[in-house]
Amino acid sequence: MPDDPSNPLIRARGLTKRFGEFTAVDSIDFDVAVGESFGFLGPNGAGKTSTMRMIGCTSPITGGTLEVMGMNPAVHGPQIRARLGVVPQQDTLDSELTVRENLAIYGRYFGLSRAEVGRRADELLEFAQLTERANDQVEPLSGGMKRRLTIARSLINEPTLLLLDEPTTGLDPQARHLLWDRLYRLKQRGVTLVLTTHYMDEAEQLCDRLVVMDKAKIVAEGSPRELIERYSTREVTELRFAPGIVETLDGRLDGIAQRVEHLPDRILLYADDGEAAAVAVNQRGLKPETVLVRRSSLEDVFLRLTGRSLIE
Amino acid sequence: MTALARPSSTVGRVFEHRWVQYRRTFRSTIFTSFLSPVLFLTAMGLGLGSYVSDSAIDSLGGVSYLVFLAPGLLAANAMQTASFEATYPIMGGLVWNKIFHAMYATPISPRDIALGNLAWIAARLTLISAVFTVVIVLFGAAESPLVVLAIPAAALTGMAFAAPIAAFSATQKTPNKFAAIFRFGITPLFLFSGTFFPLSSLPEVLHPLAWVTPLYHGAELTRGLSLGTIADDPLVAIVHVVVLLAFTVVGSLITIRTIERRLVRG
Amino acid sequence: MITLRVTPAFALGSRRSARLIERNLYVYKHGWMVILSGFFEPLFYLLGIGFGLGALIGTIAGPGGEPISYQLFVAPALLASSAMNGAITESTFNFFFKLNYNKTFTSILATPLSPGDIALGELGWALIRGGLYALGFMGVMVALGLVVSPWVILAVPAALLLGFAFGAVGMAATSFMKTWQDFDLIQLVVLPMFLFSGTFYPLDAYPDALRVIVQLTPLYQGVDLIRSLTVGAISPILLFHVAYLAVMGIVGLAITSRRLDKLLLK
Repeated sequence: MPDDPSNPLIRARGLTKRFGEFTAVDSIDFDVAVGESFGFLGPNGAGKTSTMRMIGCTSPITGGTLEVMGMNPAVHGPQIRARLGVVPQQDTLDSELTVRENLAIYGRYFGLSRAEVGRRADELLEFAQLTERANDQVEPLSGGMKRRLTIARSLINEPTLLLLDEPTTGLDPQARHLLWDRLYRLKQRGVTLVLTTHYMDEAEQLCDRLVVMDKAKIVAEGSPRELIERYSTREVTELRFAPGIVETLDGRLDGIAQRVEHLPDRILLYADDGEAAAVAVNQRGLKPETVLVRRSSLEDVFLRLTGRSLIE
Repeated sequence: MTALARPSSTVGRVFEHRWVQYRRTFRSTIFTSFLSPVLFLTAMGLGLGSYVSDSAIDSLGGVSYLVFLAPGLLAANAMQTASFEATYPIMGGLVWNKIFHAMYATPISPRDIALGNLAWIAARLTLISAVFTVVIVLFGAAESPLVVLAIPAAALTGMAFAAPIAAFSATQKTPNKFAAIFRFGITPLFLFSGTFFPLSSLPEVLHPLAWVTPLYHGAELTRGLSLGTIADDPLVAIVHVVVLLAFTVVGSLITIRTIERRLVRG
Repeated sequence: MITLRVTPAFALGSRRSARLIERNLYVYKHGWMVILSGFFEPLFYLLGIGFGLGALIGTIAGPGGEPISYQLFVAPALLASSAMNGAITESTFNFFFKLNYNKTFTSILATPLSPGDIALGELGWALIRGGLYALGFMGVMVALGLVVSPWVILAVPAALLLGFAFGAVGMAATSFMKTWQDFDLIQLVVLPMFLFSGTFYPLDAYPDALRVIVQLTPLYQGVDLIRSLTVGAISPILLFHVAYLAVMGIVGLAITSRRLDKLLLK
């Protein structure tokens, strides 16, 4: 039964996508449960978008199996898409139409009646805070407005599953927070969200559970809290030294923390008590220019798992 | 007039910009401004021309249809190229890539930008008219050595369109009205202003309408030069030139004004 | 298990295709002038070439060899070529824009619609537009007294068939285009066909070898079909014209659907 809540909404086993010689997604397994908010976290090129397009039934899989709502995308693409909302990485708004027409015609693509489409378009304009711009052309809208319109458009068919590919990339902080708020409301209403992001704060804000992807593979899975507990310490102490000092440190930080990471611009000390680590640095006569103690984040998980920063 | 009479080296820089652009896109202009008139000349002049009745030859001035048509197409082709060059590229510089705004931030003035662009169009028109004139001669469709002068005459005809149209283009924010200019301006003129058939084929009431369009004067002028009949009535030839010059000069002055207004207002 | 998603070449869409037509209606609600103005181009040609130039020609041999007035000769050919031009404009420039710039189709594929629906819907729209022009032009022919046979009623569906053939092949060709410059190639095919396919004068102007080549062009098929229906010269060859155009359209549509699968469902 596709709609049995005990069955996963998405089920992937050995899911693979190849473009010629290049393997974009390399045999990944994951399940997404009904009502869950699930994230793919990883840097550009990790295979997140390819995975999303396969789930969205617009990219045929090249290996493994994929079930969406209990159906096979290769056979039941139109039926699955009828119940999906898709927010692609790049807005694909129709620049020849107005804001409201973009919503209306999109609803018609799903076969909704004109009356129904009109009612939902008004609601969604309200939801996306675009009511005042309803009859404007799309092109002059700000990036945040276009993004909100794309999300509103993806909701016109009242989807069971919403796919969001980097929903807030390129937006200013204010616009991002407004979007997060809207997505949070959808989650409250029981919509299943699947999103990709390379922002840690976004993953922490929105995802119940996530997988970390790197080089076409899944390298870890869990809730943000679990991942931090498993792969990092409770706190992190960030040290910045004046130019030239780092080269002379030569082991003088050894033993202060459970783990030490050298980044191009700073050194990270992983310890459960960050303050204590900072004091210890001081006691060894080291004089960093700045010291920052913070809680561990998914950024640290990613660094631990791949040895690289997420945003380079 | 002083604005036009004082060329300066900064105009040359604007001209140079257009030249650099053109070198990258000229392949596609070969079709529109060269191949297309040659095809029209072949199909209409040679093909359809063979069906023109003997009794009609008189109204063509006693020459074959090909000989009649060729100079008309020369003028019409200059009109079409000029109109294109005075619409989209001007909009490009002011609206799309805003290159005129960038120029205005240097010692180049709006007047230079206007005149540089018009000078560029004049050069293009001279070039395509020269090439097409060679084709006409090769088709054996020129009756007089004066056909050499049809080159500047055709270029002037084009400028009589380019200058006023550029003035209009500089006032537009979107290209929406350009399609209407071509469809309701350029295409009817192409078909009705004495290119394909003598004005005498049109109802009498429409003749004054043709007299006020630059293409009628341009086609008559180039035809007079190509057939060598221009000396028969020099006064009429002078009228043609004066009308074309008037359109060009007034249009250029207004172009300077509209581009200036657009750039200064931002 | 490896699964591939392939739209069968002939499972070309469903009732959902109509949504594409609805989208285009939305677009042209803002730009209905563009639609309306398309009607005038063949009208201007009919008046200018048919009546203006036609006055120099008198009568010409019709499809059955019997002499007919030049206006009656050229009007059905203009109906055919405007059906071709309308279909080509929609299926090349506009289709390319929607495919590569507006990302219209990318967003549509996230809904239950398939590439086959898109191909059929876009073509349906091009035909509706072309059909309106054909009807309008037919109205003008009636008004000008250019109707001599009851068979002329079939000229409008014949124009639609011609539009279908060119629209489908135009979309197929456009799906292979990479830049706007590639459209010069389409012009390079369309303009010579417009001028030389027996549109403006009978084929007996050509030497035998050339005549055969011209007879094989799709526009000639359409021109001869529509002209024969207009003057009532009914013969079995008309069935060949119909079959030729129908096959051309179906093949074009199948290629388009395949190409869209490949381009959009990567």
